[in-house]
Amino acid sequence: MDPRVTALSIISGIVVLGALIGFYARSRQAMNLEQWTVGSRGFGLVLVWLLMAGEVYTTFTFLGASGWAYSKGAPVLYILGYQPLMYVVSFYILPQVWELGRKHRLQTQADFFQVRYGSAYLSAFVALVGVVCLIPYLQLQLTGLGDIVEIASFGAVPRAAAMTIAFALVAAFVFVSGIRGIALVSILKDVLLLGSALFIGIAIPYIYFHGVGAMFAALLQAKPHHLVMPGSTSNLGHGWYISTVLMVAMGFYMWPQFFAAAYTAKSGNILRRNAVIMPLYSVTMPLMFFVGLTALLVLPGLPDSNLALLTIVRKTFPAWFLGLIGGAGALTAMVPAAIQLLTGATLYAKNLYRPLFSPGMTDQQVAKLAKAMVLVLTLGALALAITTSITFVSLLLLGYAGVAQIFPGVIFGLYWPRASGRGVFAGMACGLGVAVGLMLTKNDPYLGLNAGFIALCSNFAVTVAVTLLSPEEQKGTEELLVDRPAMVEGTVVS
Amino acid sequence: MKRPALGSILLGLIPFTAVCFSVGLWDHVYPMVFGIPFNFFWLMSWVLLTPLCMWGAYRIEVRRNPDKERTEIGS
Repeated sequence: MDPRVTALSIISGIVVLGALIGFYARSRQAMNLEQWTVGSRGFGLVLVWLLMAGEVYTTFTFLGASGWAYSKGAPVLYILGYQPLMYVVSFYILPQVWELGRKHRLQTQADFFQVRYGSAYLSAFVALVGVVCLIPYLQLQLTGLGDIVEIASFGAVPRAAAMTIAFALVAAFVFVSGIRGIALVSILKDVLLLGSALFIGIAIPYIYFHGVGAMFAALLQAKPHHLVMPGSTSNLGHGWYISTVLMVAMGFYMWPQFFAAAYTAKSGNILRRNAVIMPLYSVTMPLMFFVGLTALLVLPGLPDSNLALLTIVRKTFPAWFLGLIGGAGALTAMVPAAIQLLTGATLYAKNLYRPLFSPGMTDQQVAKLAKAMVLVLTLGALALAITTSITFVSLLLLGYAGVAQIFPGVIFGLYWPRASGRGVFAGMACGLGVAVGLMLTKNDPYLGLNAGFIALCSNFAVTVAVTLLSPEEQKGTEELLVDRPAMVEGTVVS
Repeated sequence: MKRPALGSILLGLIPFTAVCFSVGLWDHVYPMVFGIPFNFFWLMSWVLLTPLCMWGAYRIEVRRNPDKERTEIGS
């Protein structure tokens, strides 16, 4: 059989299986806004772990990590640096966020700001930053999908067609099954991803060099500087490493979808336990590095380093295996994309549209609007992915630097009772201005430091200064946890 | 909001120091361990050692924050 047909049928089979699991999850659950967005806060350790692993490990980790190892060398270690640390940070914030979420029936990240700072404008600002930053992230998943199909079909299937079909499926299952369906599809995705990462990470260096040690020895011969920072780059040294690891570790859970995943848990201690075990999932990352480094020796000079992993898999293994890897990669794009769609749509409907334009909307109407937004966001990201190509990596970095600016508002919101909404608003605006300014003028890294990190420092400084200069008004979260009926956006809870 | 205990914060600072701030001390190829450059090996070890530190922090925090309802593992 034609290898293209074999590879593509296996990829489609895996994608359809994933979508079926997503649809199946719906059939047993009645859906309201609460169920659709936060799974009725009933997720135990296993489902929370699956959901978080499902959304955290995206195409960027799968294809991007091997691509960075291929093109940049040692700076790729920043991924292995921030991954354990972002869970360490989550240990100290997510259980507290969960507690506030349970008390006030919070569903989105912006809800947290609404309740803590009592300002609909700050909450809408946070929602806006979240939605805007999600679009390049979605676009990245789509482009990853396009790459996979392009490689697997040797260019026979146009990427635009593949992206359209895959995303129609994603939008459809987000539409009908909500967060629980996504967590269940993650099971298939995680099994395939872990299995294929373990296998190719060990097999590919072994096939070409009889082991990882010999591969490293050959690489030290060929490119002695590739394996120590700044590797094959001129400006990604130790200052860049420290500032990037700190910025991402603080900023990671500020992605609105990761933040909101905290609300799905059944208890705060489930989130603590989750933070303890999640770093173990990162054992696959070095294997992705090994694949990228082997590809550098075997297939030097690829035009697009993000294709290093897929190209060496295609060269090494039969077509059915390429199909399996491609299918795992496709789900790795689709599961996070589904969560990004769901989060972006809910944020828009609940925290931007309702408070600013139509305060009288019921929860049912919000749910309806959110579902319509799923389609709008899908079409928007699709249009961007088809029309633009190269610049999305810089867009994603801009997205990271953008969401990281939400961090001071969260950490001060939890632990500094004095922190005021005005201070947080000013700090965020300043941080975003600095990040956009530095990145658009191509000053990232600036003075050897990550631009998002510099922006975050200015954000902290402005937040503290404006808070201290404005009159004391806030009571902090202690007050918000007192037992009494709470009012959030028209939802009365006893 | 109830702040985490000093002990659990200190335990969380261990991985931060080992993985992030001390990069100048471990970012070199030699000595290689099992054929893997030292910087790669160091970070790979901390993927396993970080959960150990955080397990200690978990033991401290779970005593201060008992679950209101019984929770079981699974969904």
